[in-house]
Amino acid sequence: MAFEIDARGLACPQPVILVKKALKTWDSVLVIVDNDIARRNVTALAQKLGACWESEKEGDDIRIRIDKSGKEAADKTAEKSSGAMESGGNGYAVVVGDESMGRGDSVLGGVLMRGFFHALNETDELPAQIIFFNSGVKHVVEGSEVLEDLRMLSEKGVSILACGTCLNHFNLKEKLAVGAVSNMYAIMETMTGADKLIQL
Amino acid sequence: MFPPRQYPNLIVGLDDADDAAVYRLSGETALIQTVDFFTPIVDDPYDYGAIAAANALSDVYAMGGDPILALNICAFPRDLPADIIAGILKGGADKVAESGSVLAGGHTIDDDEPKYGLCVTGLGHPEKLFTKTGALPGDILVLTKPLGTGIITTALKGGEADAADVSGAVASMKRLNRGGADIFRKLGVKGCTDVTGFGLMGHAFEMAGKSGVTLEIDCNALPFLNGAKRYAAEFLFPAGANHNLDYYGPCAEISKKINDEMRLLLASPETSGGLLALVPEKDLERCRALFRESGEECFVIGRVVPKQEKSLKFFA
Repeated sequence: MAFEIDARGLACPQPVILVKKALKTWDSVLVIVDNDIARRNVTALAQKLGACWESEKEGDDIRIRIDKSGKEAADKTAEKSSGAMESGGNGYAVVVGDESMGRGDSVLGGVLMRGFFHALNETDELPAQIIFFNSGVKHVVEGSEVLEDLRMLSEKGVSILACGTCLNHFNLKEKLAVGAVSNMYAIMETMTGADKLIQL
Repeated sequence: MFPPRQYPNLIVGLDDADDAAVYRLSGETALIQTVDFFTPIVDDPYDYGAIAAANALSDVYAMGGDPILALNICAFPRDLPADIIAGILKGGADKVAESGSVLAGGHTIDDDEPKYGLCVTGLGHPEKLFTKTGALPGDILVLTKPLGTGIITTALKGGEADAADVSGAVASMKRLNRGGADIFRKLGVKGCTDVTGFGLMGHAFEMAGKSGVTLEIDCNALPFLNGAKRYAAEFLFPAGANHNLDYYGPCAEISKKINDEMRLLLASPETSGGLLALVPEKDLERCRALFRESGEECFVIGRVVPKQEKSLKFFA
C-alpha cells in the first residue's frame, strides 16, 4: 500500500515538502498534483533520493508513484527523464507558424496538424523544443485540438515555447494552456541553436 | 501607446524594461522613478519592512542614481494588530533614513493579505546612468551579494529553513545597494542592474541580449548564502525558479556538469539581490580595492565575450 498525498492546489515547494516527509516513514508514496512544475520538482526530489517514480496524467491531475525500495529501477527512470532540463543545442526543434499544416485547404491543414502531433508523440526521437508563433500560437491555448498531444510531449520533456507578442496580438495570453511564453531572443536562439529545424 | 518619439525627455520607459523609469529634467539632472512592493517574506514585521524598502530603493541604485524621496505603499488586513503595522513601517522608514532620502507620505488600503513597499524618486546625471546595454568583450562580471534569498525564504514559508540560514538571508536582503553603486559610479561603470525576480539567469540574459554579447559565468565562482544549496538539493524551489528556467534556459548554454538543482538555483528569483555590474578589466584591481576599503562584498563571477550562439554560457 502506498501512502497517499493529495497535493492539489498547493504551491511549490509544499508538494515537495509533503513528499519528503512522507518518504521518511514510507517506502512507497502516491502523490497527486495539479500542475507540471510540482510534478517536475517532486520527481526531481525522488530521483535525487534514488527512488524510482512514474507519473501519469488523469484529467487535470498528475499522479506520481514513488518507490524507494526498488533502487535499480531508479537508474532507468533517470535515464528516461534526462533531457527534460537540458538546454537547447542538442537534437532538433519544430517551428509552427500557422494553424494549418501546409498551404491550400485550411480544413485539411488542421487535420494534418492533429495527425502530425499525434504521430510525433508516438516516435522515440522527440524534438528538444517546439516553437509556436503567428497564428501557430492557437495550438497552445484552451480549446486547441492538439492540446492533449502537446501536454503529453511537454510531460516527456519537450520544451514548448509560445511567442508572447503573438499571444498578445490574438488576445490569447490568458488562455495559454501548455508550455511557456517566450520572446524573440529566446525563439531565435532556440532556432539557431538546434541541430536541425523542422518547419511545418 | 506612449511612442518614445513623442516624449523626447523620457530616457528610460516602457520599451526599455530597465530597473526604473528615467526622465530628463535638464542637461545635468534626470528624475529616476520606481515602485516595488510585495507580500511578507519573513516573519518579523520590522525585517519585512526593511527588506521591502531596501528592495525598492535598489532600483534607483541600479540606475546609477541617489534616492531623494519615498512614499509608502501599504495594503493591510483590518484585523492586523497595530504593533505589527508599526513594525513594518518602522523597518521601512529606518531604511529610507539610512539611504539619505526622506519618507514623505504614502497610501494604505484594506486587503486580505498584507503588502508593503515604496514608491521611490531619485536623481541622477543623464549621461552617467547605469543601463543594461554597453557590455564589451573583456568586461568582468561582478556581483555584490550572494545568491539564494528566494530559495531560503521559500524554505522558510514551508517550515523547512534553519533560523541561522534565515538570519543570513535577512541580513543580506536588508543591506542597501548604495555602497556598491557608489563604487561602480566612481569607476565610471556603464552596465549595471540588480538581481531580483528573474534570477541571475534572467537579469544576466537581459544585459547580454541588450548589449549583443555573450556572458560567460563560472558556477564555481558564484557566491551562495548558507543553506541555499542544501534547500536546492531538496528542491524547495518557488515555482518562479521553474518559470525562469523555462523562459531563459533555452538562451543559455549550460555545461552538462551542472545538475538540475544548480540550474534551478541559477534561475531562482531573488529579493533585494545584489548589483550585477560590468567592470572593464583594467579597473578590476581598483574595484576590488574599493570594495575592500568600504567593507562591502564583491564577487567576480564571469566575463563578457563576443556574441556566440547563445547569450549566456554557464560552466563549472
